[in-house]
Amino acid sequence: MSSAATETRPLPMEGRDSFQFLGFTRARAIFFLAFVVVVVVSPLAVYPIFLMKVYCFIIFACAYNLLLGYTGLMSFGHAAFFGMGAYLCGYAATQWGLPVGLAVLAGTAYAGLLGLVFGWIAIRRQGLYFGMITLALAQMVYFVALKAPFTGGEDGIQSVPRGTLFGLVDLSSNMALYWTLSVILLAVLVFYNRIVHSPFGQVLRAIRNNPDRTKSLGVDVDRFKLLSFVISAALSGFAASLKTVLFGIATLTDVSLNISTEVVLINLVGGIGTIFGPVVGSYVILMLEQFMAPYGPWVLLIQGIVFMLFVLIFRQGIVGELQKRLKTHL
Amino acid sequence: MPFDLNLNLILGQMVLGLVNGVFYAILSLGLAIIFGLLGVINFAHGVFFMLGAFLAYMLGATLGIGYWGSLLIAPVLVGLIGIVVEVLLIRRLYKIDHLYGLLLTLGLALAIEGLIRIVFGQQGVPYPIPPSLRGAVDIGFMLLPLYRVWVVVAGIVLCLATWFVIERTPLGAKLRAATDNPAMVQAFGINVPVMLTLTYAAGVALAGVGGVMAAPVMTIDPAMGTNIVIVVFAVVVIGGMGSIFGSIVTGLGLGLLEGLAKATFPSASSTVIFVAMVIILVLRPRGLFGKMA
Repeated sequence: MSSAATETRPLPMEGRDSFQFLGFTRARAIFFLAFVVVVVVSPLAVYPIFLMKVYCFIIFACAYNLLLGYTGLMSFGHAAFFGMGAYLCGYAATQWGLPVGLAVLAGTAYAGLLGLVFGWIAIRRQGLYFGMITLALAQMVYFVALKAPFTGGEDGIQSVPRGTLFGLVDLSSNMALYWTLSVILLAVLVFYNRIVHSPFGQVLRAIRNNPDRTKSLGVDVDRFKLLSFVISAALSGFAASLKTVLFGIATLTDVSLNISTEVVLINLVGGIGTIFGPVVGSYVILMLEQFMAPYGPWVLLIQGIVFMLFVLIFRQGIVGELQKRLKTHL
Repeated sequence: MPFDLNLNLILGQMVLGLVNGVFYAILSLGLAIIFGLLGVINFAHGVFFMLGAFLAYMLGATLGIGYWGSLLIAPVLVGLIGIVVEVLLIRRLYKIDHLYGLLLTLGLALAIEGLIRIVFGQQGVPYPIPPSLRGAVDIGFMLLPLYRVWVVVAGIVLCLATWFVIERTPLGAKLRAATDNPAMVQAFGINVPVMLTLTYAAGVALAGVGGVMAAPVMTIDPAMGTNIVIVVFAVVVIGGMGSIFGSIVTGLGLGLLEGLAKATFPSASSTVIFVAMVIILVLRPRGLFGKMA
């Protein structure tokens, strides 16, 4: 089965570009620097808490895109990693009294571990089955979270302290947290672009484009798929841990189906298999939700319609369409 | 506490579990038929189940149509919606990766669920058991509500009838042929696109029947469809979609298993089917009745 991202290939394959800036090609470097400007300027105009929420979701969406866009595996269960990462980060900070940096690390590691187990189970089946299995596993995690004592059930884990980063930066101030998260986000984007364009990333794309051929070249396809899955899960847990630090809570919402579908939608709208799709998609979807929030269930209806619209008309997503116009990879 | 081996309780819960098993069987059957011919995993399948239940409620509340009338009319309406959905939306995706079909039907499921929430609110609506099926039968170890007996019997008959149509009639033969090789079947002068439309409609109508039957025993709420479709996905992974008969047996079996868990380890009852899925994936990755990939 060919993967989601490759059904049409309007652009030539990416070649080697002599221009490099932090591992970005020329076009991507321009986009990246423009985004840096946006990150620096936007808190003057937009509520920083909302921006920070967007940044957490960009990281989450990058984690998901690595799997769907570059490995060709469609998971419907990333809420399991997001939710459990959030819970463990909150638990570590409140119950074990870990400093914020270690709590985030704990949430990340736990999500990665969960990813190892779920990945090991799910890669036994391919294509659509993979999606159904991850969905079912995440639902199982949801029921466990609902009943297990350590998640706090319906209340969740509350009043997670922000603390100070490495004993240096007091994160209780919103702007201090904002700059910290901004640096983390930009670092994640550089890291994500590096992974995608590393030899490891090349193997992942080979698997996405033609798993059988890749196997015949002597690549242990399942192992690479699993590794990609674990990285994706850990990065999802990282994003969720940051979100827990930001809002001070970890709740059942974080582990619910909505989170799994939201991250798919963000990537679909932004552009599956593009570097900056998660960035654009997160802004669009979270702004949409912010505007629609007072109208309750209308959010669900609009989300569904956006889903169908993009699947039917703009399968490449916003960044994908932009790539076609500009004739370059973004 | 956990191991109170009360045989009556266990048998009682297993009979009740069979009711859920019937719904799993009906839904996984429809899912398998649609997947077989269209190659699309219909994420919206649960939502059509939910629509069946809500339509029964609406027919009763606005037109005064009772259970038996709804049992006929609601699935037809669901099937008509299915025709519209296939012609307007799903048809456009046959030529591209099947993952997009899953995404489209996921979007459809969200939109329909949102719409129902807007109209009916987040809470459920009640639906009475039809007067002719009230009361209970004494089956020795427990008093079994008559309505549940009806659901089990009617559900199994419905599944077997579907199996018969597909495996033993000329229509079913054409359907199976088109599943194997649509181009060849088209060459014999059979209108495959119409067949695809009607198959989708029939599959979701089946889910609609399930929804009407579920209305008096489940709370009718907007989330019921998504909740059940995830369990049905696990059922499908366990059974494998290769065999119609396999879908029925797996659905019923897992309903029984769930009932057994309710009687012995109540706290595990919501996860037991997922645990079963994990065990099957580890021991027999292609599923109980699945063909080799």
